[in-house]
Amino acid sequence: MQPRTIEIVVGAFILAGILALAVLAVRVSGFNVGETTGTYSVYAKFENIGGLVVRSKVSISGVVVGRVAEITLDPRTMMALVRMEINGDVSQISTDSTAAILTEGLLGGKYVGLSLGADEEFFVDGDEFYDTQSAVVLEELIGQFLLKQF
Amino acid sequence: MVPYLRQLGQLTLRVFGTVGRAGRVWWHAVWRRPRLRNLPLVIAQIYQLGVLSVVITVLSGFSIGAVLALQGYNQLVRYGSESALGLGVALVLVMEIGPVVSALLFAGRAGSAVTAEIGLAKATEQLSSMEMMGVDPLQRIISPRLWAGFISMPILALLFSAVGIWGAALVGVGWLGVYEGAFWSVMQEGVDFVSHVLKGIVKSIVFGAVVTWIAVFEGYDAEPTSEGIAAATTRTVVYSSVSILVLDFFLTLVMFNL
Repeated sequence: MQPRTIEIVVGAFILAGILALAVLAVRVSGFNVGETTGTYSVYAKFENIGGLVVRSKVSISGVVVGRVAEITLDPRTMMALVRMEINGDVSQISTDSTAAILTEGLLGGKYVGLSLGADEEFFVDGDEFYDTQSAVVLEELIGQFLLKQF
Repeated sequence: MVPYLRQLGQLTLRVFGTVGRAGRVWWHAVWRRPRLRNLPLVIAQIYQLGVLSVVITVLSGFSIGAVLALQGYNQLVRYGSESALGLGVALVLVMEIGPVVSALLFAGRAGSAVTAEIGLAKATEQLSSMEMMGVDPLQRIISPRLWAGFISMPILALLFSAVGIWGAALVGVGWLGVYEGAFWSVMQEGVDFVSHVLKGIVKSIVFGAVVTWIAVFEGYDAEPTSEGIAAATTRTVVYSSVSILVLDFFLTLVMFNL
């Protein structure tokens, strides 16, 4: 085969490799480049975060609007402090909104669901939710149910 | 007693001699005066080793992805968690099966060919005639193949994983009826680029280096007879396969457990 053809085919091969890497990065691992610039952080304290992990989804009406960026223990109140990064284009979240930890399906992964309030003021970077709802722990539910039985 | 001692000594000397010669080939071919004008040779070898292995890699990747989806679905659906199918298949492919199986295929498809080619060049005294002409065969023959192996292997492994996940999506979502949104979103939440995908790539680079090293050295070190070349080709496939699997264990231990 001609050297020119070989070079073209090798070029296509390398390109295919780069494309495969891009697919694995974007489609499979949800890796996003530079999107962090367009986000702002809001905080929420929860009594119990259940199985919430970093990179869990934050959604409004089921639409993903951000990710959980950091989970720490607030040393003063001994509650879980969750930092969420919300996309910059979702800027009109009222300050009296509620953050709840919900489950996808019955046994699926945990995510933060925001239910909007009616306040005229909107969250800005660094604000904190004062109305939160912890994760429902299945074992506790079953325990309560059993106690009521007897 | 003394004959046994002698045998032990011979064995030790042989093993260390082989390792030493292999190390010398590696050192000279890769690090000594890398020349930019050898680039066309490297490109020709990427074609031989990499591009010609694409079809077998893609076909195997697709089948393995499809089978993983089928088997995984049958187990997961019993617990009602078939939405985790995409996550399971993607993690398994990206971290383990992608790098390992594509490297095994690479050893069989490309490594054996390299050994046979270099062994025959040695048997027909092409290597010594090169030396006579003042051309260093390490630089002209061995080095381009080593570099081509380095470069091709991760690309093949990436193609394998990507096509495998596509095959799994086709079977899982298209045929078995896993909900498409959950398939991809659970996968994206669970797979991390740095701690899963990149580590898989590191694995495949190591495998590529080891396989081409073994292939090139066995060819260069082959006994210049037809039996010698046959034995060397067999050794290439056997040694590469075993070292891929053993190395995989240790790489996993080091990279994923610390």
